[in-house]
Amino acid sequence: MGVRPSPYGHTMTNRTFVLACLTPLFIFSLAFLALPLVRLFLESGSGEAGWAIYLDILRRPRYLNTLVLTVLVSLATTFAALAISTTAGMFLSRNRFRGRGTLLSVLTLPLAFPGVVIGFLIILLGGRQGLVNQLTPGHVVFAYSVIGLFLGYLYFSIPRVLLTVMAAAEKLDPALEEAARTMGASPYRVVVDVIVPGLMPALIASGAIAFATAMGAFGTAFTLATNIDVIPMVIYTEFTLSANIAMASALSIVLGIVTWALLLIARSLSGSTVAAGG
Amino acid sequence: MFKSKTKLLQLIVTLSACAFLLIPTIMSVMAGLTANYFKGISSGLTLKWVFQVWELYADSIFLSLWLAIACLIVTLIVGLPAAYGLARHPGWLSRLLEEFISLPLAVPGLAIALALLQLYGSMKGFRASWAFILVGHVLYTLPFMVRSILAVLAAIDLKTLEEGAASLGASPWQRFRDIVVPNAMPGILAGALTVVTLSIGEFNITWMLHTPYLKTLPVGLADSYASMRLEVASAYTLVFFILIVPLLMAMQWASARAQRKTK
Amino acid sequence: MTLRVTNTAKTYPDGTKALLPTELSVAKGEIVSLLGPSGCGKTTLLRIIAGLETPDAGSEIWFGNDNVTSLPVERRKVGMVFQSYALFPNMSVRANVGYGLKMQKLPKDEIESRVTEVLELCQLQEFSGRAIDALSGGQRQRVALARAIAPRPRMLLLDEPLSALDAALREALRDELAMLLREFHITAIFVTHDQDEAMAIADRVAVMSHGHVVQSGTPEELYRNPNSPFVAGFVGNAMRLEGKVAGSTLHLDGGELALPRDGTGHNVFVRAEDVQIDTEGPLNGKVESVTFFGTHYRVGISGIMTDVLTSTYAGQNAPKVGERVEVSIKPEALMLLPEGAEI
Repeated sequence: MGVRPSPYGHTMTNRTFVLACLTPLFIFSLAFLALPLVRLFLESGSGEAGWAIYLDILRRPRYLNTLVLTVLVSLATTFAALAISTTAGMFLSRNRFRGRGTLLSVLTLPLAFPGVVIGFLIILLGGRQGLVNQLTPGHVVFAYSVIGLFLGYLYFSIPRVLLTVMAAAEKLDPALEEAARTMGASPYRVVVDVIVPGLMPALIASGAIAFATAMGAFGTAFTLATNIDVIPMVIYTEFTLSANIAMASALSIVLGIVTWALLLIARSLSGSTVAAGG
Repeated sequence: MFKSKTKLLQLIVTLSACAFLLIPTIMSVMAGLTANYFKGISSGLTLKWVFQVWELYADSIFLSLWLAIACLIVTLIVGLPAAYGLARHPGWLSRLLEEFISLPLAVPGLAIALALLQLYGSMKGFRASWAFILVGHVLYTLPFMVRSILAVLAAIDLKTLEEGAASLGASPWQRFRDIVVPNAMPGILAGALTVVTLSIGEFNITWMLHTPYLKTLPVGLADSYASMRLEVASAYTLVFFILIVPLLMAMQWASARAQRKTK
Repeated sequence: MTLRVTNTAKTYPDGTKALLPTELSVAKGEIVSLLGPSGCGKTTLLRIIAGLETPDAGSEIWFGNDNVTSLPVERRKVGMVFQSYALFPNMSVRANVGYGLKMQKLPKDEIESRVTEVLELCQLQEFSGRAIDALSGGQRQRVALARAIAPRPRMLLLDEPLSALDAALREALRDELAMLLREFHITAIFVTHDQDEAMAIADRVAVMSHGHVVQSGTPEELYRNPNSPFVAGFVGNAMRLEGKVAGSTLHLDGGELALPRDGTGHNVFVRAEDVQIDTEGPLNGKVESVTFFGTHYRVGISGIMTDVLTSTYAGQNAPKVGERVEVSIKPEALMLLPEGAEI
């Protein structure tokens, strides 16, 4: 029947082929992810303080205050984004009207904006030449304050939380609400007893995403937070200006572990991948 | 009634959010096209600033496009076979590998960049080349490519399809080429558009890795925000929008299409 | 081509024995069915023959004079029809059927003409340009068959080829498949859990249970001379008559039956179609249930033994529930199987 052997037929079994497929990924992530991260960790302990540097983060007011401020801004961002995006998300997924698609596009457009661009947009709103300062001649400049930073993070988080909430809202079985109604539940009870519990995994997940991205946001902070100490800015200045490489590394490790752990929780709850960077 | 009052409130919140996101975007576009931002739109519309941006930053724009294409090629070469391997060998080791390569999604780019700088910063030739920035971009975009393809492969009965091809005489490579790749196409397309979109907009890692001679588009943006007049910065932002918005829309379309295929 | 499987077994890494050491021979052109309940090892045996599973050490698979035990599936030149068909969704019907020929690197025009030939044989000409998801279940089944035979394989292997179809279609396609397989003049092995399917299609049926072949023979042999209660029950749903054997007589609660020979040390089995409602019959019982099946009634009778005895009744006037009836069973319809032959 003249079957010519294919070039791989003799030598390659399926198992070796599959392993060969994984080899480039393995080599790449070993060389450019695993080894650099190990180096980063070793570097964090190589300063004067040794491994006690991790205690220094909590002992020295400069770092502790930075940590507290970053957590507070991130928490504020998280709750604001959850409130706004859940409201808008439920509204958009439960109502069909003209212009709905446009609103949805506007609300998801910033997904592709890097943090620097968002920082610039906040400057256009609240900078010295910004909209608010032009409209109210009271010299209201908030872009470079904590409020500006908060608004920048919020701008970044609204589309991401919105998409997660809407995906969960679409999956809510309308029959559950109807069942609750047939048993005499008021609209308010339906929200409390059916809708919120149904959305809870998505709310926790997107909240964790918003918090983690705010903690690690560099681009927005780079544009706006020239005078505010948030962790990413402190890492940057320790590394570039103070050449305190050990501290920059230690802060990076702490920040990385916090955001990674949060996103792990988020993903186990929602099962989706959302870009944290930008 | 509870319902209509709630609806009104919901509508107000939704519209306010839209305004918050849209108004500065429009302002930025207008500022880039206005002759003099302080005098307002009455000073006339002009493309002067856009041309000036082109003169100043054309290199950055081309570098970003070139990097995005290179990044796409590398993520395809590394990610496509890897997604196949992970799909065919599900198990704790594959889960671990997938989890590990997803680290750059969760860990801030700043930390990743610091890690790369400390290990490879002393290799001057590599450090100063565009390949160093490319590594950062690939690290950040690779998980999107792998997961996008993996989602599509997990939804089809890949094992049986491959057994079918094998029973007809196809070698592992022929199976990969004739069965796996064509059926993974929706995932590959969605992944490719995501990779290009994210690569063009990547700032956090790139800012740390770039050299004065290698500035990508977002690095140039940050540069213009700090040192250029508002109109130029806005015009540059406008150029970025023109590049990124169609990509974002194509990416969302392709992802929705790939997701439909997985159902 | 003949197939010889010797000492072939499969143990999974977790210790599960999917297949105990098994011998199987299939003559050239013979159509053999592997019949058994799910989990009996029939699919494992088929996949080992195909080369999709690696058997335990010591197993041997011979295709004619070639020992193919260590050959991967793509080099065994077998045609396989999968339970889910495994048609390639990225290719048209024509491309699916031609794929095996393309793998053999045949010239383009030869591929074209052979694909056309096979499509005609399977009456698929009009669907040749269609996408797979634009086909009905029955059409998909035919495409899967056409794709498997197009490369002229040494042997055709079919894994539950009809189970993805609904009941009505399954029956129609069963006869069509039996006809096509004979037209192909090809050695074929097919796996099924449906005894009707096995009997309608196969020249020889190998009944499997708990990882090994219990009995192998023509459908008639299995039906008339089962060697174990399992085969008697699985092929033709035989019932055990629960009574006391004394010489060549069987004592039941509802009367006595003559056995064809001395039944000492044996259990007695009978099929429902051999249990006749007959006013002259030696057994007496009460009608418990009557179910109408169109061509016949199924009548459940109590009082003859502990369990209900089932009889098929083909006449017009079925007895009513609660009536007392007489029942006869011809001695030659009784199957005597040695006690302790439980499998």
